[in-house]
Parts: sequence; structure tokens; C-alpha cells
Amino acid sequence: MGMTLAEKIIASAAGVDSVRPGDIHTVELDLLMSNDGTTHLTIDMYNKLAHPHIADVDKLVWIVDHNCPSDSPKTAASQKKMRDFAKTHGITFYEGKGVCHQLMMENHVRPGQLIFGADSHTCAYGALGAFGTGVGCTDYLYAMVTGHSWVLVPESLKFNLHGRLNPGVTARDLILTIIGQIGANGANYKAMEFGGEGLATLTMSDRIAVCNLCVEAGAKTAVMEADRVALDYLTARGRTPKAVFHSDPDAVYAQTYDIDLGSIVPVVAKPHFVDQVVPATECRGIPIDEAFLGSCNNGRMEDLRAGAALLRGRKVADAVRFLVVPASGEVYRQALTEGLLKIFMEAGAIVMNPNCSVCWGSCQGVIGEGETLISTGTRNFKGRAGHPGSFVYLASAETVTASAILGEIATADRLPPVEG
Amino acid sequence: MGKIFKFHTDVDTDQIIASQYLLYPTVEEMKSHAFESLDDTFASRVQPGDYVVAAENFGCGSSREQAPAVLKALGVRAVVAKSFARIFFRNAINIGLPVIVCKELYDHVQDGEEMELSLTEGVATVHGERFTCTRLNPYMQQILNQGGLLASLNEEA
Repeated sequence: MGMTLAEKIIASAAGVDSVRPGDIHTVELDLLMSNDGTTHLTIDMYNKLAHPHIADVDKLVWIVDHNCPSDSPKTAASQKKMRDFAKTHGITFYEGKGVCHQLMMENHVRPGQLIFGADSHTCAYGALGAFGTGVGCTDYLYAMVTGHSWVLVPESLKFNLHGRLNPGVTARDLILTIIGQIGANGANYKAMEFGGEGLATLTMSDRIAVCNLCVEAGAKTAVMEADRVALDYLTARGRTPKAVFHSDPDAVYAQTYDIDLGSIVPVVAKPHFVDQVVPATECRGIPIDEAFLGSCNNGRMEDLRAGAALLRGRKVADAVRFLVVPASGEVYRQALTEGLLKIFMEAGAIVMNPNCSVCWGSCQGVIGEGETLISTGTRNFKGRAGHPGSFVYLASAETVTASAILGEIATADRLPPVEG
Repeated sequence: MGKIFKFHTDVDTDQIIASQYLLYPTVEEMKSHAFESLDDTFASRVQPGDYVVAAENFGCGSSREQAPAVLKALGVRAVVAKSFARIFFRNAINIGLPVIVCKELYDHVQDGEEMELSLTEGVATVHGERFTCTRLNPYMQQILNQGGLLASLNEEA
């Protein structure tokens, strides 16, 4: 029996010829990413171990991005603990350089790897043909100390992409549509594999956006074969694959979906669940207080370019705070070079340092009771962006920017022409 | 016997413990905020030995281990749900908080009712009615039995 892409990566990490869904295997991890959301607790547990030890310090990557720069003495203390530990043990450490998943894609992830990240959106790494999965700090610590962990082999779902997205429709609209279709637990315990000839039309930024959000359908991981687009991205960054796997023609999938990319339209996920997805046109006219363009899902150059293109010659609505947060320092500098940040600032946006920002509701930009945010962030759970009595709508960079300009949820095609 | 605290479907980890408390230095300092957005009296009412009962996809969303950790710190004996999101499920087992899948229980019990749960038999009893729960995978049961993943680490190391 053939194997899926996810099964091949697990088999490789387990050092066995083949695996089947439901098997439990001990796997060797290639990389272990942790951020300031939980690392202080990991360190406390590490210090209580009978025999504290790090199996391979070169595999650890620690990133301060969630509350960056720190917003309170308690946060500062937790981050100091992380910073000091990283320095003492020689752990690769980033602070203020970007959102963890974007930094991992830019600098560390290689096709064929099996990666644990102490963050649920670690499934983003599938955009480079790697098996990334989110874990808690106990799992993380166990892997950090032993170098290995256990994995229950998931069933795989196959999404065959056909055709191409229409202009004005984004990869974010695609993945939100899929999550709306299969539901918040539609891929629970499963791997989501994307393929089909339509995959070749998606850029790396698109692919990261798609894989990153799969945990919102409950997925254990998301994977795409590392094709020319992925390998070019890797080569440009001076890295090589660990291994490039392809699904077998007779691989077994729990379910197969055929997606016509040309049928996807701009969508919005309504409060308070990511699977409450409707065409964006249905939400037009809902007043907003804040708009957010950023996050590991949608804070890359393509997103900033799309936003800036709409803002050129226009202004952010008076009543709206429009937060623009590049996903990494690399993105920030490139946006600066291209003049995008100037466009955002002249239009009245607030341009911020690379960090998780309001996407996780404990950083700058949190919203108050009764307020409404439209966001390119990852989640719209109750209270996710601040007060439990606030409202978060998720949408693409285009829809978020158009909404910031008009002061209400709007699609880009509703913007009046730029004068002059 | 313990009291049932009943929650709905798709309870995400932001509701179990909100982001703004995650970087508090210790779980002890976070636990009084458990379920704050859904029921701000939960943390003060729950007693050691009580149960959280939920519908589908309990613990979806973020991988924050603080979510099962605050429930355990408050003395919640087990979470019984129709289904769990996988990261929460794995985290709970890793820290030694029993997470039990029981398809029938939720629809037949009320918030505040007393429940007895035999972890060894996998049976929940409420107002004399018995509900059979799904057995854990033996590998995971072993982790739970030893008190969580780190217990084995200390033995192995």
C-alpha cells in the first residue's frame, strides 16, 4: 500500500520503511521551535527535572514574538527568563525579528523535516514540504531533553486544487472557504495534503497562508510537495532539502476534495468561529473600529503590497485604527525599500514592529467592549483580540484594507476611484 | 463524587485561559482566570474532584498548555467530552489530566449534577445512570497512569 506525504515524513523520522494511520511511532525531531507564549513554563519544568539535559541544542529555535516588546513587568520577567536561558545554553534566539513561523520559514525549515513547535500554527511549515505540528510545553520539553517524541500517524485528507484564483481573490479566501466547508473539527487528528495542478499557481506566501490556517480545521499538520516554487524559495535562502517526498499514486486518503480555484470568492469568517465563513458581500456595511493587516498568516510582502495598492491616493477612515504589522524584519525592510510603509503612514495607518500584535489579544491594539475588528489574523474566537464582548471578523489583506478605508466591512471592488 | 460544570461545543483554549494571562510567571497565578469569558464564577466555584463536561471539539485553537494546566491546578478531576481537539487532548495526557471521550454523557446530564467517574472501568455515573466511555489508546493510558510524560523522563534520564 502506498503512503501519503505526511506518512512518508513520519516513516523517515521513525527510521522505518512504512507507517499506517493509527500506528504510534517514536520519531526523531529535526527542529524544535518555541516562543514566549509558553517557554517560561518549559524552563521551570526543565529546572525541576532530575537530570536536566538538552539532546541537541542546534535543533532548538526560540523566538520572542507574542508580547514583543514586553507590555508589563510580568511579561518582562517571563521573557528575561527565556532570554537568559537561551544565552546560557547557546540556543538560537530571536527577539523583535518577526513572528515565529515567518522566521522559521525564512531561516530554518527544510523539506522532509519533522518539526515540533510550541505553537498551534506550526502546521505552516508544510508549505515547504515539512511536517510541522503544534505541541504544548511538556511535549516540547520531552523532545528537547530526549531528541525524540511519539507520533500517532494521522489519516490524510487530500485537497486537489484546480485552475487558478481570480484577480482580487487570495489564498486566504481559499483556506477560509475550505475551513468553512469542512468545519472547525473537519480535519481533527488528520493531515491536510494539498496538491493538484492548481498548486503551481500559488506563491510561497500563498502556500504559507494556506498551511498555517489548517489547525483551525483541527488538523495535526498540513503538507504540500516541495515543487519548483518551494525549492526556488529554499535555494534563494541558501538552504537545501533534507528530503523531497512525493505521495504514492496508491496512497490512501480518508477523503479527497476537488477545489476549483476559479470558484473561490472573497470571504469573511464571522465572530466567534473560524468556520463561520460567508461571502464577504454578506457582511458589507458592518461598522468597524479597527483593522489589522499582519500576522503569520497574512503579514508578508504580497499582503502589504495588496494593502498599499488600495491605499495609494486614499485615506484610512477617521473612525478606524488601521494597524499594519509586517511579519518579520525582512518583510519590514523590503516594505520600506518599496515605499509601502510611507503609503501606509501617509494614509493614516499605524505601522508597528514585527510581532503577533492583536492577532493574539495580548499585545498592542487590543480592542474594548463592543468594538469590532476586521483582521488578517488567525482567529476570531470570543475575546481573542481583547474584551470578551468584542467582535473579530477574519478576511484577506484586500478586504481588510478596503474596510479600513470605508470604515465598514467592504470588498475592494466597492472602493470609489482615486481622484486625480 | 464531583460536580459537573457543563460547557458547549467548540470551546477554544482562549476561553479556557485567555491570552493576557499566559505570560504570568506561574500557572498558580493564572488559574483564577479559567473560563473567565464564559463564566467568571467558575474558578471560585469549582472544587477539587469536580468535572468539566463538554460537547464536541473541546480545547480547539491554540496549543497553550496553560489550558489543561489551569484546570488541573484548580483540581478538576477529568474533562469528559464528546470529542477533543488534538493538541489539548495530548497536552492534557502529558500533564496527567484525564481526558475522557464519552459520546452519550453530554446530552443526558445537567450543569451542577453530581457525577462519579471510574477511570479504571471507564464508566461515568450520574443520577444512577451509567455511561460507558471510550478507552484510551494503551500508549496514552500508560502516560496518564504514570502521572504524565515528565514522570517517565525522570525515570529514564
